[in-house]
Amino acid sequence: MESNDSNIWFLGGFKLVNIMKGVRLSKGARAGAVVVSFFAVIGLIIFAVFGYLRTSPPTVSASTSSTPGVVNLTMQTDGAVGVGPHPGWVGYFVQDANGGWHQTTLIQLPANSDIHVTIYEYDSGGNLRNNYWSQVQGTTTGHIYVNGVAESIVNPDSSTGNGIAHSFNVPGLGINVPLYGVSGTAKNFCTSGPCNLSEAHTTVTFDFKTGGAGTFRWQCFVPCGLGFLNGNGGPMTSLGYMAGFLKVV
Amino acid sequence: MSKVILDESRSEESTRGHISKILTATVVASIIGMALVWFVLGPHLPPGRMTDQAAGQQFDIKFVSTLAVPVFFFVWFFFGYSIIKWRVRPGEDPLVGGADIHGNSKAQGAWYVLTTVLVLSMAVYGTYFLVVPAGAGGGEGPSPIWTPATKNILQVQVIAQQWRFTYRWPQFGGVETTSINLPLNTEIQFNVTSLDVIHDFWAYQLGVKADANPDSNNVAFTKTQQLGRFVVRCDELCGIWHGAMYNYGHVVTQAQFQTWAANMEKQNASLTKLLPKYATTYTPSYSGAGGGYYNTATDPNANL
Repeated sequence: MESNDSNIWFLGGFKLVNIMKGVRLSKGARAGAVVVSFFAVIGLIIFAVFGYLRTSPPTVSASTSSTPGVVNLTMQTDGAVGVGPHPGWVGYFVQDANGGWHQTTLIQLPANSDIHVTIYEYDSGGNLRNNYWSQVQGTTTGHIYVNGVAESIVNPDSSTGNGIAHSFNVPGLGINVPLYGVSGTAKNFCTSGPCNLSEAHTTVTFDFKTGGAGTFRWQCFVPCGLGFLNGNGGPMTSLGYMAGFLKVV
Repeated sequence: MSKVILDESRSEESTRGHISKILTATVVASIIGMALVWFVLGPHLPPGRMTDQAAGQQFDIKFVSTLAVPVFFFVWFFFGYSIIKWRVRPGEDPLVGGADIHGNSKAQGAWYVLTTVLVLSMAVYGTYFLVVPAGAGGGEGPSPIWTPATKNILQVQVIAQQWRFTYRWPQFGGVETTSINLPLNTEIQFNVTSLDVIHDFWAYQLGVKADANPDSNNVAFTKTQQLGRFVVRCDELCGIWHGAMYNYGHVVTQAQFQTWAANMEKQNASLTKLLPKYATTYTPSYSGAGGGYYNTATDPNANL
């Protein structure tokens, strides 16, 4: 006589006894069930792993402007993004054509166009690891506007100013833009993104030209991954925070 | 019981005949192959002849490749001959072998002597060509023992940082650049260091490869001898953008180099004032978000 034990099935901890009572599976059916279950579990694991690996921030397109051949790209850098799996990390937000902010570093730009960039910088600054990166490079005019004032070199000395908080550096396009920091003791210092213009910030504007189509990686050259080895882990090595791509199409 | 056929070609008495055939084919093929490797393939072997170190490395690879040709042919001819000559033929019992194998003191002795001579020769050869061209393009550490004979050396500091290379030119006011141009027919001293993790400065066509370590100066020498473009890559896995950590440089005429360097010095004069005084290494101050390296010089006596 078949033991009742052979008809006890466990599925997610739920004991199915009576349902299967009296049902006797052949050896082949049981082997098939094991094989199917095995591949189902493997499939789920692969699906989960690939799903995780394929997760990426959204790509935001620069918005058109009233001037032909010119598009606007508006971004902000925050000391803490305030959203997602790492709300305490530094990161970028990019504004879409409708004014919405997206925590991302994947940006789509038109080829052979003038890109007018506005960056609202809300984070405090410090010294650079290499002061070479205090020099503006690759912009259309060779300088940037910091709160409306033209600058070709941004003072990186935090003992005489607020230092440099972050930088927008695109090696493939020869662009380096240092972003002057705000005072960390400002009363209206933004503690969590996305920040708004009523909070302490520096406004940096500049223009650059895109050439042909291509994908260009960009990074921050301020080691701002606080708490990580050499300041270069965490947000410095993660898309959506301080590392990204310009997709020129 | 199977019929056992042992033809004459399998007998011990004909061993000399077999070896003679294999060696004859090996010698003929090797003469042709060695000439092809030396004269046809050799000039195209990496890393080219842009510097004396690169040319030396190309010669080494050509030399070793040529020496490998007889070995290659001997091994493959022996395989081929064995498969064809000593295969199991129809009607033969595959379980019955040929003559017993036993030690051959002459063959063993020849093998020991030949391999020993080869290895020791290569060691002497390698050591000689490591010393003569001042380190053969490899990093020799902060106090190189193999230095060029001339004192007229262009100093180029290579600064690695996640994830770019920059270059400082102490003989041009300590200016720093992201591009690198080198003058023709000039002895170059690379002083390689890092501001964060371990990188590796690999200027492939120059035949130069030296690790970039934080708080350490790794010196490598080379002498340019051909105009052209070279690529610089990081050859030490250093983080997410390691694969993108490369740039291109050029070997240009001396006049072009002087013009370029003078322009860089003039254009970046304001920026150079913000840089720390030139030193072979830079130590962290830890005042920045992740440690503000590059604000103080570790070794003030090393200033040039």
